Amino acid sequence: MTENGDATPLVQLENVNKHFGTLHVLKNINLTVSRGEVLVVIGPSGGGKSTLCRTINRLETINDGKIIFDGQVLPDEGKALARLRSDVGMVFQSFNLFAHKTIRENVTLGPMKVRGKARDAANQRAMELLERVGIAAQADKYPAQLSGGQQQRVAIARALAMDPKMILFDEPTSALDPEMVQEVLDVMIGLARDGMTMMVVTHEMGFARRAANRVVFMAEGQIVEENTPDEFFTNAQTDRARDFLSKILTH
Amino acid sequence: MDELIKYAPDLGLGFLENVKLSLVAAVASLILGTVLVAMRVSPTPVLRAAGTIYVNVVRNTPLTLVLAFSALGLSDQLGLVFSDVPLTNSFWIVAMGLSVYTAAFVCEALRAGINTVNMGQAEAARAIGLTFMQSLTLIVLPQAFRAVVAPLGSVMIAMIKNTTVATAGGFLADSAAVMKITFDTTGASIPIFLGIVVAFMVLTMPIGFFTGWLSRRLAVAR
Repeated sequence: MTENGDATPLVQLENVNKHFGTLHVLKNINLTVSRGEVLVVIGPSGGGKSTLCRTINRLETINDGKIIFDGQVLPDEGKALARLRSDVGMVFQSFNLFAHKTIRENVTLGPMKVRGKARDAANQRAMELLERVGIAAQADKYPAQLSGGQQQRVAIARALAMDPKMILFDEPTSALDPEMVQEVLDVMIGLARDGMTMMVVTHEMGFARRAANRVVFMAEGQIVEENTPDEFFTNAQTDRARDFLSKILTH
Repeated sequence: MDELIKYAPDLGLGFLENVKLSLVAAVASLILGTVLVAMRVSPTPVLRAAGTIYVNVVRNTPLTLVLAFSALGLSDQLGLVFSDVPLTNSFWIVAMGLSVYTAAFVCEALRAGINTVNMGQAEAARAIGLTFMQSLTLIVLPQAFRAVVAPLGSVMIAMIKNTTVATAGGFLADSAAVMKITFDTTGASIPIFLGIVVAFMVLTMPIGFFTGWLSRRLAVAR
Protein backbone atom coordinates (compact mmCIF):
# COMPACT_ATOMS: atom_id res chain seq x y z
CA MET A 1 0.00 0.00 0.00
CA THR A 2 1.86 3.02 -1.21
CA GLU A 3 0.60 6.54 -1.18
CA ASN A 4 -0.55 7.56 -4.58
CA GLY A 5 -2.40 10.29 -6.42
CA ASP A 6 -2.24 14.02 -5.91
CA ALA A 7 0.73 15.31 -3.99
CA THR A 8 -1.25 17.94 -2.06
CA PRO A 9 -2.62 16.56 1.20
CA LEU A 10 -6.36 16.03 1.44
CA VAL A 11 -6.54 17.23 5.03
CA GLN A 12 -4.26 19.70 6.78
CA LEU A 13 -4.60 20.66 10.42
CA GLU A 14 -2.50 23.64 11.47
CA ASN A 15 -2.08 24.57 15.14
CA VAL A 16 -5.56 23.38 16.02
CA ASN A 17 -6.71 24.02 19.58
CA LYS A 18 -9.95 23.04 21.21
CA HIS A 19 -11.23 23.59 24.72
CA PHE A 20 -14.24 22.08 26.48
CA GLY A 21 -14.64 24.66 29.21
CA THR A 22 -11.41 24.50 31.18
CA LEU A 23 -10.39 21.23 29.56
CA HIS A 24 -7.84 21.65 26.79
CA VAL A 25 -8.74 18.67 24.61
CA LEU A 26 -6.72 19.42 21.48
CA LYS A 27 -3.35 21.04 22.02
CA ASN A 28 -1.70 22.60 19.01
CA ILE A 29 -2.42 19.76 16.62
CA ASN A 30 -0.54 19.69 13.33
CA LEU A 31 -1.44 16.82 11.06
CA THR A 32 -1.83 16.05 7.41
CA VAL A 33 -3.67 13.22 5.71
CA SER A 34 -2.62 12.41 2.16
CA ARG A 35 -4.96 11.20 -0.54
CA GLY A 36 -5.38 7.45 -0.42
CA GLU A 37 -3.78 7.24 2.98
CA VAL A 38 -5.12 5.13 5.83
CA LEU A 39 -4.33 6.90 9.07
CA VAL A 40 -5.02 5.16 12.34
CA VAL A 41 -5.31 7.22 15.51
CA ILE A 42 -4.75 5.34 18.74
CA GLY A 43 -4.22 6.28 22.33
CA PRO A 44 -5.78 6.19 25.78
CA SER A 45 -9.42 7.18 26.35
CA GLY A 46 -9.97 10.88 26.84
CA GLY A 47 -6.86 11.69 24.85
CA GLY A 48 -8.75 13.67 22.21
CA LYS A 49 -8.84 11.07 19.42
CA SER A 50 -12.57 11.25 18.75
CA THR A 51 -12.62 15.01 19.07
CA LEU A 52 -9.82 15.24 16.52
CA CYS A 53 -11.76 13.01 14.15
CA ARG A 54 -14.93 15.03 14.59
CA THR A 55 -13.26 18.39 13.91
CA ILE A 56 -12.51 17.32 10.35
CA ASN A 57 -16.16 17.51 9.30
CA ARG A 58 -16.81 20.19 11.89
CA LEU A 59 -19.13 18.17 14.10
CA GLU A 60 -16.81 19.75 16.65
CA THR A 61 -15.82 23.37 16.19
CA ILE A 62 -12.29 24.46 17.02
CA ASN A 63 -11.15 27.43 19.07
CA ASP A 64 -8.18 28.35 16.97
CA GLY A 65 -5.96 27.07 14.24
CA LYS A 66 -6.91 26.08 10.75
CA ILE A 67 -8.30 22.97 9.06
CA ILE A 68 -8.00 22.72 5.30
CA PHE A 69 -9.90 20.04 3.43
CA ASP A 70 -9.15 19.49 -0.23
CA GLY A 71 -7.53 22.90 -0.56
CA GLN A 72 -10.37 24.77 1.16
CA VAL A 73 -10.57 26.07 4.71
CA LEU A 74 -13.53 24.44 6.50
CA PRO A 75 -16.59 26.67 6.11
CA ASP A 76 -18.14 27.93 9.34
CA GLU A 77 -21.74 26.99 8.67
CA GLY A 78 -24.59 26.88 6.21
CA LYS A 79 -24.73 25.40 2.74
CA ALA A 80 -20.97 25.46 2.21
CA LEU A 81 -20.45 23.39 5.34
CA ALA A 82 -23.19 20.94 4.31
CA ARG A 83 -21.47 20.56 0.94
CA LEU A 84 -18.14 19.85 2.61
CA ARG A 85 -19.71 17.28 4.90
CA SER A 86 -21.25 15.51 1.94
CA ASP A 87 -17.69 14.86 0.73
CA VAL A 88 -16.52 13.49 4.08
CA GLY A 89 -18.09 10.22 5.12
CA MET A 90 -18.46 9.48 8.78
CA VAL A 91 -18.97 6.22 10.62
CA PHE A 92 -19.92 6.54 14.27
CA GLN A 93 -19.28 4.33 17.26
CA SER A 94 -23.03 3.99 17.85
CA PHE A 95 -23.89 3.53 14.12
CA ASN A 96 -26.57 6.26 14.18
CA LEU A 97 -28.61 4.74 11.38
CA PHE A 98 -31.83 6.69 10.86
CA ALA A 99 -34.14 4.68 13.10
CA HIS A 100 -37.38 5.44 11.25
CA LYS A 101 -36.06 4.55 7.81
CA THR A 102 -35.34 1.20 6.22
CA ILE A 103 -31.80 0.06 5.49
CA ARG A 104 -32.22 0.95 1.83
CA GLU A 105 -33.66 4.39 2.67
CA ASN A 106 -30.75 5.02 5.01
CA VAL A 107 -28.39 4.55 2.10
CA THR A 108 -30.41 6.42 -0.54
CA LEU A 109 -31.37 9.46 1.55
CA GLY A 110 -28.10 11.36 1.13
CA PRO A 111 -27.69 10.74 -2.59
CA MET A 112 -31.29 11.80 -3.24
CA LYS A 113 -31.59 14.79 -0.91
CA VAL A 114 -28.04 16.11 -1.05
CA ARG A 115 -26.81 15.03 -4.48
CA GLY A 116 -30.20 15.22 -6.19
CA LYS A 117 -29.91 11.69 -7.57
CA ALA A 118 -33.05 10.08 -9.02
CA ARG A 119 -34.69 7.43 -6.86
CA ASP A 120 -34.01 4.56 -9.26
CA ALA A 121 -30.34 5.38 -9.63
CA ALA A 122 -29.96 5.86 -5.88
CA ASN A 123 -31.72 2.55 -5.18
CA GLN A 124 -29.55 0.71 -7.65
CA ARG A 125 -26.36 2.14 -6.19
CA ALA A 126 -27.60 1.42 -2.66
CA MET A 127 -28.18 -2.22 -3.52
CA GLU A 128 -24.68 -2.49 -5.03
CA LEU A 129 -23.18 -1.04 -1.86
CA LEU A 130 -25.32 -3.20 0.43
CA GLU A 131 -24.22 -6.19 -1.64
CA ARG A 132 -20.62 -5.14 -1.13
CA VAL A 133 -20.99 -4.99 2.65
CA GLY A 134 -23.08 -8.16 2.67
CA ILE A 135 -26.44 -6.75 3.81
CA ALA A 136 -28.43 -6.74 0.56
CA ALA A 137 -30.87 -9.34 1.86
CA GLN A 138 -31.89 -7.05 4.72
CA ALA A 139 -32.53 -3.96 2.60
CA ASP A 140 -36.16 -3.55 3.61
CA LYS A 141 -35.67 -4.08 7.33
CA TYR A 142 -35.32 -1.34 9.92
CA PRO A 143 -32.04 -0.70 11.75
CA ALA A 144 -33.29 -2.08 15.07
CA GLN A 145 -33.89 -5.45 13.39
CA LEU A 146 -30.19 -5.83 12.53
CA SER A 147 -27.25 -6.84 14.68
CA GLY A 148 -24.68 -4.24 15.63
CA GLY A 149 -22.16 -5.53 13.12
CA GLN A 150 -24.75 -5.44 10.36
CA GLN A 151 -25.82 -1.92 11.34
CA GLN A 152 -22.25 -0.71 11.24
CA ARG A 153 -21.74 -2.20 7.78
CA VAL A 154 -24.89 -0.38 6.64
CA ALA A 155 -23.43 2.81 8.11
CA ILE A 156 -20.34 2.26 5.97
CA ALA A 157 -22.54 1.74 2.90
CA ARG A 158 -24.40 4.95 3.76
CA ALA A 159 -21.11 6.83 3.88
CA LEU A 160 -19.92 5.26 0.62
CA ALA A 161 -23.16 6.18 -1.16
CA MET A 162 -22.08 9.83 -1.10
CA ASP A 163 -18.88 8.96 -3.00
CA PRO A 164 -16.87 10.72 -0.32
CA LYS A 165 -13.30 11.89 -0.74
CA MET A 166 -12.55 10.50 2.68
CA ILE A 167 -14.22 8.53 5.44
CA LEU A 168 -13.80 9.21 9.13
CA PHE A 169 -14.24 6.24 11.45
CA ASP A 170 -14.86 7.18 15.07
CA GLU A 171 -14.25 3.98 17.04
CA PRO A 172 -16.34 1.93 14.62
CA THR A 173 -16.00 -1.37 16.48
CA SER A 174 -16.02 -0.22 20.09
CA ALA A 175 -19.77 -0.73 20.59
CA LEU A 176 -19.83 -4.15 18.96
CA ASP A 177 -20.02 -7.61 20.46
CA PRO A 178 -16.63 -9.28 20.00
CA GLU A 179 -17.81 -11.75 17.38
CA MET A 180 -19.02 -8.92 15.16
CA VAL A 181 -15.85 -6.87 15.14
CA GLN A 182 -14.16 -8.83 12.38
CA GLU A 183 -17.00 -8.49 9.84
CA VAL A 184 -16.76 -4.70 10.14
CA LEU A 185 -12.98 -4.67 10.03
CA ASP A 186 -13.06 -6.85 6.91
CA VAL A 187 -15.17 -4.26 5.12
CA MET A 188 -12.79 -1.51 6.26
CA ILE A 189 -9.74 -3.44 5.11
CA GLY A 190 -11.43 -3.86 1.74
CA LEU A 191 -11.95 -0.10 1.52
CA ALA A 192 -8.33 0.55 2.44
CA ARG A 193 -7.19 -1.79 -0.33
CA ASP A 194 -9.40 0.06 -2.80
CA GLY A 195 -7.52 3.27 -2.00
CA MET A 196 -10.12 5.09 0.10
CA THR A 197 -8.65 7.85 2.25
CA MET A 198 -9.47 6.91 5.81
CA MET A 199 -8.91 8.28 9.27
CA VAL A 200 -9.68 5.60 11.81
CA VAL A 201 -9.88 6.10 15.55
CA THR A 202 -9.68 2.59 16.95
CA HIS A 203 -8.40 0.25 19.60
CA GLU A 204 -8.03 -2.56 17.06
CA MET A 205 -4.27 -2.95 16.84
CA GLY A 206 -4.67 -5.79 14.36
CA PHE A 207 -6.40 -3.44 11.96
CA ALA A 208 -3.70 -0.81 12.46
CA ARG A 209 -0.99 -3.33 11.63
CA ARG A 210 -2.75 -4.74 8.61
CA ALA A 211 -4.28 -1.71 6.94
CA ALA A 212 -2.70 1.50 8.19
CA ASN A 213 -0.10 3.51 6.31
CA ARG A 214 0.59 5.55 9.37
CA VAL A 215 -0.22 5.44 13.06
CA VAL A 216 -0.75 8.54 15.15
CA PHE A 217 -0.54 8.15 18.90
CA MET A 218 -2.47 10.72 20.88
CA ALA A 219 -2.54 11.34 24.62
CA GLU A 220 -3.68 14.28 26.72
CA GLY A 221 -4.75 16.20 23.65
CA GLN A 222 -1.41 16.03 21.92
CA ILE A 223 0.04 14.02 19.09
CA VAL A 224 2.81 12.25 20.94
CA GLU A 225 4.15 10.15 18.14
CA GLU A 226 3.48 9.29 14.52
CA ASN A 227 5.09 6.53 12.57
CA THR A 228 4.53 3.58 10.27
CA PRO A 229 2.68 0.75 12.01
CA ASP A 230 5.70 -1.55 11.97
CA GLU A 231 7.99 1.04 13.51
CA PHE A 232 5.40 2.16 16.01
CA PHE A 233 4.49 -1.27 17.32
CA THR A 234 8.01 -2.66 17.42
CA ASN A 235 10.03 0.41 18.19
CA ALA A 236 7.98 3.19 19.79
CA GLN A 237 10.05 6.29 20.42
CA THR A 238 8.34 7.81 23.45
CA ASP A 239 7.83 6.48 26.96
CA ARG A 240 4.16 7.41 26.82
CA ALA A 241 3.58 5.27 23.73
CA ARG A 242 5.67 2.37 25.05
CA ASP A 243 3.69 2.47 28.28
CA PHE A 244 0.40 2.42 26.37
CA LEU A 245 1.52 -0.41 24.14
CA SER A 246 2.78 -2.48 27.03
CA LYS A 247 -0.67 -2.30 28.57
CA ILE A 248 -2.61 -3.34 25.52
CA LEU A 249 -0.27 -5.76 23.78
CA THR A 250 0.64 -8.02 26.69
CA HIS A 251 -2.67 -9.85 26.66
CA MET B 1 -85.73 14.73 28.27
CA ASP B 2 -88.34 16.89 26.57
CA GLU B 3 -86.04 19.91 26.67
CA LEU B 4 -83.25 17.93 25.09
CA ILE B 5 -85.44 16.87 22.19
CA LYS B 6 -86.90 20.35 21.80
CA TYR B 7 -83.59 22.14 21.71
CA ALA B 8 -81.60 19.37 20.07
CA PRO B 9 -81.63 20.88 16.55
CA ASP B 10 -80.41 24.28 17.79
CA LEU B 11 -77.83 22.73 20.05
CA GLY B 12 -76.79 20.46 17.21
CA LEU B 13 -76.20 23.41 14.91
CA GLY B 14 -74.20 25.23 17.58
CA PHE B 15 -72.22 22.07 18.28
CA LEU B 16 -71.45 21.73 14.58
CA GLU B 17 -69.70 25.10 14.81
CA ASN B 18 -67.54 23.71 17.64
CA VAL B 19 -66.62 20.81 15.38
CA LYS B 20 -65.72 23.16 12.52
CA LEU B 21 -63.63 25.31 14.86
CA SER B 22 -61.87 22.21 16.14
CA LEU B 23 -60.97 21.03 12.66
CA VAL B 24 -59.56 24.39 11.58
CA ALA B 25 -57.67 24.88 14.84
CA ALA B 26 -56.26 21.33 14.75
CA VAL B 27 -54.74 21.79 11.30
CA ALA B 28 -53.56 25.36 11.88
CA SER B 29 -52.09 24.72 15.33
CA LEU B 30 -50.18 21.64 14.18
CA ILE B 31 -48.64 23.62 11.33
CA LEU B 32 -47.88 26.69 13.42
CA GLY B 33 -46.62 24.55 16.32
CA THR B 34 -44.20 22.80 13.97
CA VAL B 35 -42.92 26.13 12.68
CA LEU B 36 -42.50 27.32 16.27
CA VAL B 37 -40.54 24.26 17.35
CA ALA B 38 -38.29 24.65 14.32
CA MET B 39 -37.61 28.19 15.52
CA ARG B 40 -36.98 27.05 19.09
CA VAL B 41 -34.33 24.53 18.08
CA SER B 42 -32.81 26.55 15.22
CA PRO B 43 -29.17 27.64 15.32
CA THR B 44 -30.21 31.28 14.84
CA PRO B 45 -30.43 33.07 18.21
CA VAL B 46 -33.03 35.59 17.00
CA LEU B 47 -35.42 32.85 15.85
CA ARG B 48 -34.84 30.89 19.04
CA ALA B 49 -35.62 33.95 21.16
CA ALA B 50 -38.73 34.78 19.13
CA GLY B 51 -40.02 31.22 19.52
CA THR B 52 -39.33 31.19 23.24
CA ILE B 53 -41.05 34.52 23.80
CA TYR B 54 -44.06 33.48 21.74
CA VAL B 55 -44.53 30.22 23.62
CA ASN B 56 -44.09 31.74 27.05
CA VAL B 57 -46.38 34.68 26.42
CA VAL B 58 -49.17 32.78 24.70
CA ARG B 59 -49.04 29.68 26.87
CA ASN B 60 -49.29 31.71 30.04
CA THR B 61 -52.18 33.89 28.89
CA PRO B 62 -55.70 32.63 29.65
CA LEU B 63 -57.48 31.55 26.49
CA THR B 64 -60.40 33.87 27.15
CA LEU B 65 -57.96 36.79 27.06
CA VAL B 66 -56.35 35.55 23.86
CA LEU B 67 -59.76 35.30 22.22
CA ALA B 68 -60.98 38.63 23.59
CA PHE B 69 -57.79 40.26 22.36
CA SER B 70 -58.23 38.67 18.94
CA ALA B 71 -61.77 39.98 18.66
CA LEU B 72 -61.52 43.36 20.39
CA GLY B 73 -57.87 44.20 19.79
CA LEU B 74 -56.94 42.70 16.47
CA SER B 75 -60.31 42.78 14.77
CA ASP B 76 -62.12 45.81 16.16
CA GLN B 77 -59.15 48.07 16.93
CA LEU B 78 -56.57 47.07 14.36
CA GLY B 79 -59.03 46.19 11.64
CA LEU B 80 -58.15 42.56 11.02
CA VAL B 81 -61.13 41.35 9.01
CA PHE B 82 -61.53 37.92 7.43
CA SER B 83 -65.03 38.40 6.08
CA ASP B 84 -67.75 41.02 5.74
CA VAL B 85 -70.28 38.64 7.22
CA PRO B 86 -69.97 39.21 10.99
CA LEU B 87 -70.61 35.59 11.91
CA THR B 88 -68.06 34.29 9.42
CA ASN B 89 -65.58 36.93 10.48
CA SER B 90 -65.88 36.07 14.15
CA PHE B 91 -65.55 32.36 13.30
CA TRP B 92 -62.17 32.98 11.71
CA ILE B 93 -61.08 35.38 14.46
CA VAL B 94 -61.82 32.74 17.07
CA ALA B 95 -60.28 29.99 14.95
CA MET B 96 -57.12 32.10 14.68
CA GLY B 97 -57.01 32.85 18.42
CA LEU B 98 -57.54 29.21 19.31
CA SER B 99 -54.90 28.05 16.81
CA VAL B 100 -52.35 30.59 18.01
CA TYR B 101 -53.00 29.50 21.60
CA THR B 102 -52.94 25.75 20.91
CA ALA B 103 -49.81 26.06 18.76
CA ALA B 104 -47.79 26.99 21.85
CA PHE B 105 -48.75 23.66 23.44
CA VAL B 106 -48.14 21.75 20.22
CA CYS B 107 -44.70 23.34 20.07
CA GLU B 108 -43.82 22.26 23.59
CA ALA B 109 -45.10 18.71 23.04
CA LEU B 110 -42.97 18.47 19.90
CA ARG B 111 -39.96 19.90 21.67
CA ALA B 112 -40.28 17.17 24.28
CA GLY B 113 -40.38 14.74 21.35
CA ILE B 114 -37.21 16.20 19.86
CA ASN B 115 -35.47 15.61 23.17
CA THR B 116 -36.23 11.90 22.88
CA VAL B 117 -34.40 11.70 19.55
CA ASN B 118 -30.81 10.67 20.03
CA MET B 119 -28.25 13.39 19.26
CA GLY B 120 -26.50 10.91 17.00
CA GLN B 121 -29.44 10.98 14.58
CA ALA B 122 -28.97 14.68 13.90
CA GLU B 123 -25.19 14.25 13.76
CA ALA B 124 -25.48 11.47 11.20
CA ALA B 125 -27.88 13.62 9.19
CA ARG B 126 -25.47 16.54 9.19
CA ALA B 127 -22.55 14.24 8.44
CA ILE B 128 -24.05 13.14 5.10
CA GLY B 129 -24.47 16.78 4.13
CA LEU B 130 -28.10 17.50 4.99
CA THR B 131 -28.76 21.13 5.87
CA PHE B 132 -30.23 22.06 9.25
CA MET B 133 -33.75 22.26 7.82
CA GLN B 134 -33.36 18.93 6.02
CA SER B 135 -32.06 17.20 9.17
CA LEU B 136 -34.98 18.62 11.10
CA THR B 137 -37.73 17.80 8.62
CA LEU B 138 -36.41 14.46 7.33
CA ILE B 139 -34.79 12.92 10.39
CA VAL B 140 -35.53 14.64 13.68
CA LEU B 141 -39.16 15.81 13.45
CA PRO B 142 -40.57 12.58 11.98
CA GLN B 143 -39.14 10.70 14.94
CA ALA B 144 -40.18 13.43 17.39
CA PHE B 145 -43.78 13.33 16.10
CA ARG B 146 -43.97 9.59 16.60
CA ALA B 147 -42.73 9.92 20.14
CA VAL B 148 -45.40 12.45 21.11
CA VAL B 149 -48.49 11.26 19.26
CA ALA B 150 -50.29 10.54 22.54
CA PRO B 151 -49.39 13.88 24.21
CA LEU B 152 -50.40 15.67 21.00
CA GLY B 153 -53.73 13.84 21.29
CA SER B 154 -54.15 15.35 24.75
CA VAL B 155 -53.37 18.79 23.36
CA MET B 156 -56.03 18.26 20.69
CA ILE B 157 -58.59 17.07 23.24
CA ALA B 158 -57.95 20.17 25.34
CA MET B 159 -58.29 22.31 22.23
CA ILE B 160 -61.64 20.77 21.30
CA LYS B 161 -62.99 21.46 24.78
CA ASN B 162 -61.59 24.98 24.53
CA THR B 163 -63.89 25.66 21.58
CA THR B 164 -66.58 26.18 24.24
CA VAL B 165 -64.82 29.41 25.18
CA ALA B 166 -65.39 30.74 21.66
CA THR B 167 -67.94 33.26 22.94
CA ALA B 168 -65.06 35.16 24.53
CA GLY B 169 -64.07 36.04 20.97
CA GLY B 170 -67.62 37.11 20.15
CA PHE B 171 -68.42 33.98 18.18
CA LEU B 172 -71.82 32.37 18.79
CA ALA B 173 -72.47 34.95 21.49
CA ASP B 174 -76.10 34.98 20.36
CA SER B 175 -76.55 31.24 20.73
CA ALA B 176 -74.89 31.35 24.11
CA ALA B 177 -77.32 34.05 25.14
CA VAL B 178 -80.23 32.01 23.83
CA MET B 179 -78.96 29.04 25.75
CA LYS B 180 -78.74 31.07 28.92
CA ILE B 181 -82.29 32.36 28.46
CA THR B 182 -83.44 28.81 27.85
CA PHE B 183 -81.85 27.71 31.07
CA ASP B 184 -83.36 30.66 32.92
CA THR B 185 -86.85 30.03 31.62
CA THR B 186 -87.00 26.26 31.65
CA GLY B 187 -84.92 25.86 34.77
CA ALA B 188 -81.64 24.03 35.01
CA SER B 189 -81.73 21.34 32.39
CA ILE B 190 -79.66 18.36 33.33
CA PRO B 191 -80.52 16.46 30.14
CA ILE B 192 -79.16 19.32 28.01
CA PHE B 193 -75.94 19.43 30.01
CA LEU B 194 -75.57 15.69 29.77
CA GLY B 195 -76.34 15.77 26.06
CA ILE B 196 -73.52 18.25 25.46
CA VAL B 197 -71.14 16.28 27.63
CA VAL B 198 -71.86 13.15 25.63
CA ALA B 199 -71.47 15.05 22.37
CA PHE B 200 -68.00 16.23 23.40
CA MET B 201 -67.00 12.80 24.58
CA VAL B 202 -68.02 11.42 21.22
CA LEU B 203 -65.52 13.84 19.69
CA THR B 204 -62.68 13.58 22.17
CA MET B 205 -62.63 9.98 23.36
CA PRO B 206 -61.90 8.51 19.93
CA ILE B 207 -58.98 10.91 19.67
CA GLY B 208 -57.54 9.48 22.88
CA PHE B 209 -57.99 5.91 21.69
CA PHE B 210 -56.79 6.66 18.18
CA THR B 211 -53.63 8.49 19.24
CA GLY B 212 -52.86 5.80 21.80
CA TRP B 213 -53.13 3.15 19.10
CA LEU B 214 -51.20 5.28 16.60
CA SER B 215 -48.34 5.93 18.99
CA ARG B 216 -47.89 2.20 19.56
CA ARG B 217 -48.03 1.58 15.84
CA LEU B 218 -45.59 4.30 14.88
CA ALA B 219 -43.17 3.76 17.74
CA VAL B 220 -39.65 3.82 16.38
CA ALA B 221 -37.68 0.84 17.56
CA ARG B 222 -34.30 1.91 18.82
